[in-house]
Amino acid sequence: MGPSLKSKIILSMALLGLVISGCASTTDGRVNSSSSARSASSASSLNAEVQDLVANVSDRVFFATDQSNLDGSSRATLRDQASWLNQNASVRLTIEGHADERGTREYNLALGARRANAVRDFLISEGVSGDRLQTISYGKERPVSLCSEESCWSKNRRAVANIR
Amino acid sequence: MRYISHAICQMRLPILALAFFAMLPFYAQAALKIDITQGNVEPLPIAVLDFESEGGVGQDLAKVVVADLERSGLFRPVDREAFIETQVGVNTRPKFKDWRVVNALALVTGRAVLQGDGRLRVEFRLWDVVAGQQMTGLQFFTKPENWRRISHLVADAIYERLTGETGYFDTRIVYVSESGPKNQRVKKLAVMDQDGFSQSELTSGRALALTPRFSPTAQEITYLSFANNKPRVYLLNIETGQQEVVGDFPGMTFAPRFSPDGQKIILSLERNGNSNIYTMDLRTRETRRLTSSLAIDTAPCFAPDGSRIVFESDRMGTQQLYVMEADGSNVRRISYGEGRYATPVWSPRGDLIAFTKTLKGRFLIGVMKADGSGERILTEGFHNEGPAWSPNGRVISFFREGKGADEGSTLWTVDVTGYNERPIATPGWASDPAWSPLIR
Repeated sequence: MGPSLKSKIILSMALLGLVISGCASTTDGRVNSSSSARSASSASSLNAEVQDLVANVSDRVFFATDQSNLDGSSRATLRDQASWLNQNASVRLTIEGHADERGTREYNLALGARRANAVRDFLISEGVSGDRLQTISYGKERPVSLCSEESCWSKNRRAVANIR
Repeated sequence: MRYISHAICQMRLPILALAFFAMLPFYAQAALKIDITQGNVEPLPIAVLDFESEGGVGQDLAKVVVADLERSGLFRPVDREAFIETQVGVNTRPKFKDWRVVNALALVTGRAVLQGDGRLRVEFRLWDVVAGQQMTGLQFFTKPENWRRISHLVADAIYERLTGETGYFDTRIVYVSESGPKNQRVKKLAVMDQDGFSQSELTSGRALALTPRFSPTAQEITYLSFANNKPRVYLLNIETGQQEVVGDFPGMTFAPRFSPDGQKIILSLERNGNSNIYTMDLRTRETRRLTSSLAIDTAPCFAPDGSRIVFESDRMGTQQLYVMEADGSNVRRISYGEGRYATPVWSPRGDLIAFTKTLKGRFLIGVMKADGSGERILTEGFHNEGPAWSPNGRVISFFREGKGADEGSTLWTVDVTGYNERPIATPGWASDPAWSPLIR
């Protein structure tokens, strides 16, 4: 018996390459005053509300590393948000939870959700109906401050109120 | 990618056979072998001759074989400039003394022929230079445009013959291809051969796409998409492009993986800020809740035999690794070192669990035994994350993030021993690699 060449046949080698047609745009996760994110039809009234919210009440609160509890200044901000919401009863919010880049991807998604829900729970405790408050987590995917230092990370550990 | 049929014909080379058995009985017991259980192995010097061919395909085939072998860290290709014998027919016995002179211990010869039926036929032989005998020889047929896969199959055959382990060169990696500024990063799914060639995109980038994972049994990927601003786990067929949301869950679903039999997806479901682990059976659509903590329970991964699940949880304050039975019972913590542990991934061999560890502001990739003992760190730095195993359990891919506003992520591989760290070249920033099973 000698050296032999075993053989194999490869007939079908289907190649990849189908581009999937996605159907949604990604939000940019930045302050909601950007009118480009909204459709033209609802832009004017929404913009007025957004501008009012941004001008009179901060739209965001910040968190300590790996924490989702609300400190005194966050609670003060959210009380203002709650009273603004109670005066603007037609407004519905999406609360975006975010994390800094110093965590793993899956955990940061969960942490962002925890932060958004901490805000939602507090607003509900201040009399805002839960029906008006959605949450979404972006984890570490949408930083607003881009340096790799605590000065930026502290701005990225945030929950942002976004008018729907 | 399927082989319709195996081993249809054998090519007989009686003259060669007679020659080597008659001439070199003394070496018949000599076994050229690389022991890859040791970390820092001396790479085996191997000479790969350009395959005989009309046109350049023979040279291209040899180049890809050389690149695969070299990247593994287990082989040192002999510089072709040093070759004394520069052409050896595939059915010719090499002049072994010429190859001993250039210090090659193994030699590869081959031939590529474009057949009348339009298919490319590739044959190769692996020779033990010292023993003066053939170690393996195979023949492949394919469409000419698939020549790269033939090179990977040849490299796998060489790796398998010389290490005794299953190869991993004929595999692909799915990952997240990133572009655009850091605050508006576009993230698409992309797939490539394990060497970074044959790139193709799987999603458009309009929705954020994260954490793709290959099915062990089908041409499918499960991943997280932010389509419609609803982060949900999807199932994507990479041959048809069809995709669907996995399960009818009421909140964010994320961190998906397939079960080893490909029949279930395990994932995290977030409700009211609380994340727990569920499975969904892809046939019956039945969902099952496996954890019920008030903590973040995520990044679940089955053991290769499906009997247990490893996951991360911060139920005791910080992220740590836990193992439970497949039904969610008997949860026990396995990580007890300093720091936090995340993204556990069970080795396809079952022996080790790879993880991301954060310690003193640095991000490390390591492995530990399934009971938590024997922790070893494979790489460390500012940010390393997301280990993924090669299907033979010898190599770990991960991503590394740069520091600062203008930086991004890149893909790397490292041997499970911690040696041979290499970048994988991708067209742009890249993260979240996941290895395909062996395609064969």
